Amino acid sequence: MSAYRCPACGYVYEEAAGNPREGFPPGTPWGEVPDEWHCPDCGVRDKVDFVESPSREERGPDEAE
Amino acid sequence: MEAHAHPVGTELNPATWSDPKRYAWLLGLIVPLLPFLAWGLVTLSGLGAFWFFGPFLVFLVFPVLDALIGMDAENPPDSVIKWLEQDRYYRWCTYVFIPVQYAGLVFACWLWADGGLSTLDSIGLALTMGMVSGIAINTAHELGHKRANLEKWLSKVALAQSGYGHFFIEHNRGHHVRVATPEDPASARLGESFWAFLPRTVSGSLRSAWGIESARLERGGHSAWSIHNDIMQAWAMTIVFFAVLTIVFGPVVLPYLLLQAVLGFSLLEVVNYLEHYGLLRGKKEDGRYERCLPQHSWNSNNVASNVLLYHLQRHSDHHANPTRRYQALRHVDEAPQLPTGYAGMILLAWFPPLWRRVMDRRLLDHYGGDVGRANIQPRARRRVLARYGGSAA
Repeated sequence: MSAYRCPACGYVYEEAAGNPREGFPPGTPWGEVPDEWHCPDCGVRDKVDFVESPSREERGPDEAE
Repeated sequence: MEAHAHPVGTELNPATWSDPKRYAWLLGLIVPLLPFLAWGLVTLSGLGAFWFFGPFLVFLVFPVLDALIGMDAENPPDSVIKWLEQDRYYRWCTYVFIPVQYAGLVFACWLWADGGLSTLDSIGLALTMGMVSGIAINTAHELGHKRANLEKWLSKVALAQSGYGHFFIEHNRGHHVRVATPEDPASARLGESFWAFLPRTVSGSLRSAWGIESARLERGGHSAWSIHNDIMQAWAMTIVFFAVLTIVFGPVVLPYLLLQAVLGFSLLEVVNYLEHYGLLRGKKEDGRYERCLPQHSWNSNNVASNVLLYHLQRHSDHHANPTRRYQALRHVDEAPQLPTGYAGMILLAWFPPLWRRVMDRRLLDHYGGDVGRANIQPRARRRVLARYGGSAA
């Protein structure tokens, strides 16, 4: 599954983990996140500004937050 | 790069750089200590006027200190920012604020109920508590931007005294997204006096917060009227605190609790008024606003107010990096500068003709004389354009 990173603050939306607090259960694909949704941590950048980034799986356990 | 950054190539690391403001941040605790200080001064001097110590300190002493101590545009070097943010000492300075804040609120209730105060003394103490309440919103603001759940929770607790629990939702998810646009209730417009802004921001922020929170809950399949609603959780804290204080100390404390809460959030809103006055983000070709840049916030480097307010006045860097901790916020050269610290600017905001005289010119200078680039109050558009020579586009 893919991951998308906020270019302002580094928050990463992991499709595998979703963001249940924001109403996206684990496994919610990026495409189902509404376009007007913005970064939940900084509020500075919108969904469309997010950049694809290595998922937690690809980054490996050492780099997980 | 900023002019004030240290020259490239200089070896700077935590071992060779020390933070000149490190221990100054403890002075922020003067605010929650205000009721104790007021009581001490009244007891020592025998003068009831010292119950008004809070507003006296914020609106008279701090503007003078800002003028006397002056500015500081010094930035921590980029190489130490990460280390500086990780130093837990700084966050403890903000955590400690909260127990002291509530000890002070209980003490104030005891004074209102059993302290033998006259009505005027009690009002003075309520004004002092209003300063604590309002500046506690600033502490809540610092904590509410952080990722850790503990800090988010402490933020809600700090907001309970002013009953402004919806703030951390509206601020983070509403204001930061729409800042310096006509859609933001908390961004003041050219030609809008503070007294017109106040009801617009209070009602608009409330509506916006509720909309943001309902949308979040609905995405997750919950009703807005559920236990998961962060706004209702935060307001419930206020209701429980005020109810317990009223039961313990008697109904006499309730009007003063309400008065200090209104003063508290009004203090926050006057600060909102001056932070983005008249500033406007341009629109891109796709119809979206350009991202928030340093030129979309008013800044001030006055040391006294900055120490009192955890660098809130380095507002451009805060909007660029909202999760950055206060001790690491930087002065930005491109940002428009206020003529003095927030404390003095608040006094100006209360008197709209003075405010216009000082700020409208600065705003116009910022836009190279082109008033059309400012965020103009629609109702005042014709008057503003006539006065500042813009075309009626």
